[in-house]
Amino acid sequence: MAVKKFMYVNRKAPYGTVYALESLEVVLIGAAFDQDVSLAFIGDGVYELTKGQDTKAIGQKNFSPVYSALGDYDVNKIYVEKESLEERGLTLDDLQHLVWEDEDEDYAEKDSIRLVSRAELADVMSEQEIILSF
Amino acid sequence: MKFSIQVNEGPYQKQASDTAYQFAKAAIAAGHEIFRIFFYHDGVNNATKLAVPPQDDRHIPKLWSELSKEHNLDLVVCIAAAQRRGMMDADEAKRQGFEDNNLIEGFRISGLGQLIEAGIESDRLVVFGA
Amino acid sequence: MGLLHTVNKSPFESNTFDACLGYALDGSTVLLIEDGVYAATTGTSAAEKIKNASGVTFAVLGPDLQARGLESKLADGIKVVDYEGFVNLVAEHDSVQSWL
Repeated sequence: MAVKKFMYVNRKAPYGTVYALESLEVVLIGAAFDQDVSLAFIGDGVYELTKGQDTKAIGQKNFSPVYSALGDYDVNKIYVEKESLEERGLTLDDLQHLVWEDEDEDYAEKDSIRLVSRAELADVMSEQEIILSF
Repeated sequence: MKFSIQVNEGPYQKQASDTAYQFAKAAIAAGHEIFRIFFYHDGVNNATKLAVPPQDDRHIPKLWSELSKEHNLDLVVCIAAAQRRGMMDADEAKRQGFEDNNLIEGFRISGLGQLIEAGIESDRLVVFGA
Repeated sequence: MGLLHTVNKSPFESNTFDACLGYALDGSTVLLIEDGVYAATTGTSAAEKIKNASGVTFAVLGPDLQARGLESKLADGIKVVDYEGFVNLVAEHDSVQSWL
């Protein structure tokens, strides 16, 4: 089967709407298809990755721990737009530390998050063949 | 060219389904092939057979259903999103112990893998949402 | 020939149009549809941004402009397409990013 460049564009904050959760579900299913997968977090999408989410009191499931499992699914190109973080008064320290294990380097642990400028991410986006937006 | 379409919103509340329908019709008229139309999020509600809009309004689920019949389109409703929102075909209803189902003719229920497959198999994927 | 971007929100209601502009590289096309067509009308700050975005082609979905009674308010430099033109734009570009 042909391998295509897939990008999932996440631009919505979690819990207020269902888009973030249901797009994560697509990423998990899509991982089984062995495609070249990238995730982009832009705008309010960066709020999906904040650490310390606790949803008990709003009666919804906290799905944020799933992001830290993405590395096990070989989903390890996670682009976070720098300007979006800054506009929201956030830094990488406010986000979960996402890692994956590189089989080719004796399972060395590597960072999955790539902090990139808007211009850099625009270039990555322009190379994609299939862009899924939610 | 081979196109697939993703519809993220239900009928009436947002224009997404209307636009997707007009786009699909135009693509077919231009001689393109529609590999699949995948209904996700509230988009699964486009598949209801229980909608009764006023007579002077368009019947969105029926429009999709008829377009599917006319051009043999593959209209797929995401099962995970459908289960959350109470959309089911006869088989799924039976499995869940419900007497009735509410899927209009022309749609089928299947997994999210169908969306990924549509991306792999098609030259272009166009997403309509809100 | 680059990406086709679609924008379906009013620039007065959300930042989607601006977010899209940040990603519209030279050679790409931005198609305004649904409530996105308000960005294509004269006297708006959005139309000013369109004028200044060189290297990017702007198009608007005519049926949505007509539906909203704004055909006569269309700003210069924006191409009007129908649904068939929308389909052609999708076919002509490498892939499509819908700014939802």
